[in-house]
Amino acid sequence: MKLIDLTSRAGEWLRGGGPMQEVVISSRVRLARNLAGYPFLSRCSSVQRKEIAERIRDALLAADVAADLFYVDVEAASRLDRQLLVERHLISRQHAETTGARGVGISGSETVAVMVNEEDHLRIQVLRSGLELADSYGEIDRIDDALERRLDFAFSPRFGYLTACPTNVGTGVRLSVMLHLPALRMTGEIEKVFRAARDMRLAIRGLYGEGTEAHGDFYQVSNQTTLGRTEEAIITDFRDQIVPQIIEYEHQARRSLLANKLSAVDDRVFRALGILRSARLIGSEETMALLSHVRLGVNLGRIRDVQLQAVNELFLLAQPAHLQKIHGREMSADQRSAVRAEMLRRRLGGV
Amino acid sequence: MKRKCDHCDRPATVHLTEIAHGKKIEKHLCEACAAKEGVPIQPPISQLLEDFVAQAQQAQQAQTRQFGELACPHCGISFLEFRQSGLLGCAYDYEVFQEPLTPLLQRAQEGGSQHVGKLPRRAGGDQQRQNELLQLRAALKEAVLQEQYERAAQLRDRIKELEHA
Repeated sequence: MKLIDLTSRAGEWLRGGGPMQEVVISSRVRLARNLAGYPFLSRCSSVQRKEIAERIRDALLAADVAADLFYVDVEAASRLDRQLLVERHLISRQHAETTGARGVGISGSETVAVMVNEEDHLRIQVLRSGLELADSYGEIDRIDDALERRLDFAFSPRFGYLTACPTNVGTGVRLSVMLHLPALRMTGEIEKVFRAARDMRLAIRGLYGEGTEAHGDFYQVSNQTTLGRTEEAIITDFRDQIVPQIIEYEHQARRSLLANKLSAVDDRVFRALGILRSARLIGSEETMALLSHVRLGVNLGRIRDVQLQAVNELFLLAQPAHLQKIHGREMSADQRSAVRAEMLRRRLGGV
Repeated sequence: MKRKCDHCDRPATVHLTEIAHGKKIEKHLCEACAAKEGVPIQPPISQLLEDFVAQAQQAQQAQTRQFGELACPHCGISFLEFRQSGLLGCAYDYEVFQEPLTPLLQRAQEGGSQHVGKLPRRAGGDQQRQNELLQLRAALKEAVLQEQYERAAQLRDRIKELEHA
């Protein structure tokens, strides 16, 4: 499979099905692992780094961890290709921007992405649409077992799986959900939710993870504790207590908007749709913000002639690297604004 | 100029405004006279916070002073370097830095400092072998840097041997 093949469709995780899809865009589970007997990456020579990357790549391809797995040498990839992988959430920004031997193994459906030589030697990730944490953990656990038959992981009985940053040590498990919280943002209650979340030891980040802004009312919420609890306990808490509570807050805010501020909501969502259907030049940030309102309008049943899946796809296809890949050439920001506006008009039935 | 205490020559640090019989009475007292009059003296909240932060910083600085020089024999990272970057250099650091690391972990991990989760099926080879590999690889890196190729070749053979043991 080539990277260009990815651009013609939305990644599995963005397809927009799945439980609680009106609020939960996607779920992600990731495991951090390091090879035993090698230093962590900050202390590796470039030769060691390369050796690690090759070993893991070989193990990934041989272990048959996921259907149609292909490996991308991220070090050799162009800037545009790396950006494309970031936009699809298959690698982190850090992984795209750092230097040295590194890669990513991606399953055909894009539900599995194994980053090689990011902060740890291995970052195994499983992505799903909607709220699907338990299934995702089951899959990642099998991948971990399969890799373990071929690789020795750094582990201590006291501290568990050993990681470069002690905040990941133990289980190495990080769970995150990508939430769409436009109503909480509109009612001004989002800060309250953040404070509560921090009290519950959660991290809240923007759309593309650590150090990124929350564009289009998307927030990534993840657990912080990785040591001293079992994987099952971490998942059960997060899936059954924490996430449903935040979803319920958003639902309450949506009900309250419908009951008390219907014309303000309608004004906002139909204006957003109007701009997207008629703009001639539009940047990616504005697009995200407007699509977020449209998504709310569709979910509330106010906008009836646009499908949720179409909106979900546009979030991805309107991104800079995607636009350029689809058009098969590099474009300036101005050129992208025109091409983006044209695509939005075409896909949303504009004028 | 600083106002003096209403009762003595010391500077006034306690300022009160009382309303009695509809009249406003201002009092300016030093701490000693305020205590004599039974005025409870509370440090302002900002002072409490500053003290708290200062204490926490001092504890951390003391810890870094005490352990800062401590270095891993395998990867060479010192505890100070770890505190600056937030990243450890190798698996063995968890042993070398165990004492100063444990309270940091407990703070970051809701008190947890003992793994209770998944166990690897084959425990990554025994600990001793892992540490020996780390040591050999560090020596190999050094030998290559020093252009000691004969020694590097020997080390490489030893690593292969251990890996296939």
